[in-house]
Amino acid sequence: MTASAPSDGPAANQWPARLHVVTGKGGVGKTTVAAALALALAAGGRRTLLVEVEDRQGIAQLFDRSPLPYEERTIATTPGGGEVKALAVDPEEALLEYLTLFYHLGAAGRALRKVGAIDFATTIAPGLRDVLLTGKVKEATTRTDSQGKRVYHAVVLDAPPTGRIGRFLNVTAEAAKLAKMGPIKTQSEGVAALLRSPMTAVHLVTLLEEMPVQETLDAAQELRGLGIPVGKVIVNGAHPPLLEGVRKVTQAELRRGLAAAGLATDRPTVVGLQEQAQAYLARRSVETELRGELDEIGRPVVELPLLPGGIDFAALREIGSLLGAAA
Amino acid sequence: MTSLQPVLDVDEVLGDPEIRIVVCCGSGGVGKTTTAAALALRAAEKHGRRTVVLTIDPARRLAQSLGLTELDNTPRVVPGLDGDAGELSAMMLDMKRTFDEIVAAHTEPKRAAEIFANPFYQAMSSTFSGTQEYMAMEKLSQLRAADEWDLIVVDTPPSRSALDFLDAPARLGRFLDGRMLRLLLAPAKAGGRSMFSLVTAGFGVVSKTVQKILGAQLLSDLSGFVSALDSMFGGFRERAEKTYRVLQDPQTAFLVVAAPEPDAVREAAFFASRLGVERMPLAGLVLNRVHHCLIDLDADSALAAADELAGVSDVTADALRIHAAIAAQAARERAVISRFTSEFGDVPVLEIEAQATDVHDLDGLRAIF
Repeated sequence: MTASAPSDGPAANQWPARLHVVTGKGGVGKTTVAAALALALAAGGRRTLLVEVEDRQGIAQLFDRSPLPYEERTIATTPGGGEVKALAVDPEEALLEYLTLFYHLGAAGRALRKVGAIDFATTIAPGLRDVLLTGKVKEATTRTDSQGKRVYHAVVLDAPPTGRIGRFLNVTAEAAKLAKMGPIKTQSEGVAALLRSPMTAVHLVTLLEEMPVQETLDAAQELRGLGIPVGKVIVNGAHPPLLEGVRKVTQAELRRGLAAAGLATDRPTVVGLQEQAQAYLARRSVETELRGELDEIGRPVVELPLLPGGIDFAALREIGSLLGAAA
Repeated sequence: MTSLQPVLDVDEVLGDPEIRIVVCCGSGGVGKTTTAAALALRAAEKHGRRTVVLTIDPARRLAQSLGLTELDNTPRVVPGLDGDAGELSAMMLDMKRTFDEIVAAHTEPKRAAEIFANPFYQAMSSTFSGTQEYMAMEKLSQLRAADEWDLIVVDTPPSRSALDFLDAPARLGRFLDGRMLRLLLAPAKAGGRSMFSLVTAGFGVVSKTVQKILGAQLLSDLSGFVSALDSMFGGFRERAEKTYRVLQDPQTAFLVVAAPEPDAVREAAFFASRLGVERMPLAGLVLNRVHHCLIDLDADSALAAADELAGVSDVTADALRIHAAIAAQAARERAVISRFTSEFGDVPVLEIEAQATDVHDLDGLRAIF
């Protein structure tokens, strides 16, 4: 199957980039969002690649499989012949592949690994490591088949957290600190050009909590400063709107309601219910403020509901369809 | 948690004069820094101990509440404490500066200047994964050597894995006096078969490859870095090992911090068993952000009643829906927490209730324990 065969589904219209970089503070669910987005973008017979770079095996855990090798493997199919593949990029493997591709030095590369040179090179220079990781992502994003058609319609990267995203994506600057010329520099420039083009969008995942929102604002500013396009802001785990227009919950009202429902109206129940409701209102006013701060980023904000049952494959599909429909 | 699980009493730890170091460990994003700050404040105010808290990467407003407006790598007295017996100082780790200080202390000035100017040193001292953990341990041993405090409370770097705090310093130590660096340092000795006659524009296929990939300039920087660090070989590993031994001493108490989420609890369990293996003293588990129900009504009954109340009392209906969400979350959290408690039934646990807002002043810190 080739890239041009299926028509662009609605999801693709809402998510125009080809490379989707998903970041967020640790613990906000960015791996889940990245996986759901890869599923959504595979609708209508399209093919997507979900990539992780942090040696965390988060994708394997999410899809409940054994650890992913350094190889693109199908992890889900979608109706209409669509497919999601997944890849865990390992910097050592990426360097070996790079050597084989560009220098035809597979055996020499393996010898390098044997003496620990690759581990050494990727450890001592984290910038080099990031060039290799992003270089592999770029290769997958721009890869074409023998007819010159794109192999993947979209690539979704489960990227490092917001605290490190600027440095991770600003590969040219980091690599230039170490390599002022040579192939590493050339490679990093190619990656930088892709990341700064409209083909890329960096999506920021957050919860409606102070620290994740603050990191989201900081990351948006940092990325803009680097000329890297910010895509959408994705609010994860949003609570359903309750007690709308209510400012205070009285015990009298609760007692009346509980009695009407045939439930206990003893004082501990009424007071407990009131305290929980007031705490909800307090949190909601914080959330309203935080939503306002997120709006100031000036990018579309997508809200995903808290899924009470935890994340399984059905939940991923559900999140995916919400993402696909999001304007 | 079963009723048999002991409850962690932080005052027992903080008030024990034999305990001189409290280390807060756990995976990132579980509220470790806030917990460390709250413990230190309590040790100073309630137990009258001269306390210092070493924070790694505090949120801006929490840092401000501790009077940490500058990252200057030195403990500063925290203003606004209650009571007059104790004293609290706080500091934020500056890993690059700590690294620089080690280099300066062990190298002659000219050599040190060369090291500081080297791009590899700059990259490594600010970004190497493990540098932060190593420097946190280094700072801990400096604070302890200064012997100015009754109690040192240490926050640990926001790593993905709690184990990084224990493993990274040794890794950095191994790396810095490792085989690769020695090989790079002695290209001539390695002779014709050498893979690493890099500096002298090597002959082998491999060294040519390295040249091709990395470029000659990068290699000369690398070899410069390596030879400049030569004088410090051995020192790194030795220092890390020394601090490691302090962590095994009964004067140290480890507190594992987690939130009731699967990843954080799994990390906490890994860490707890590792402490056992290393014979490091685990005082207990602090579970942040736990939800408890204030009333005894199951989620399904609450939701059914809420539906019945539509149009009768919408406020009560929504209050019941809020309760149902809390009840469901509390049940989920219980299941997650039991993965830890079923394995570590004798580790004391303290649950901290989830708060609507983050902590950003001393009163907020006081309210935690």
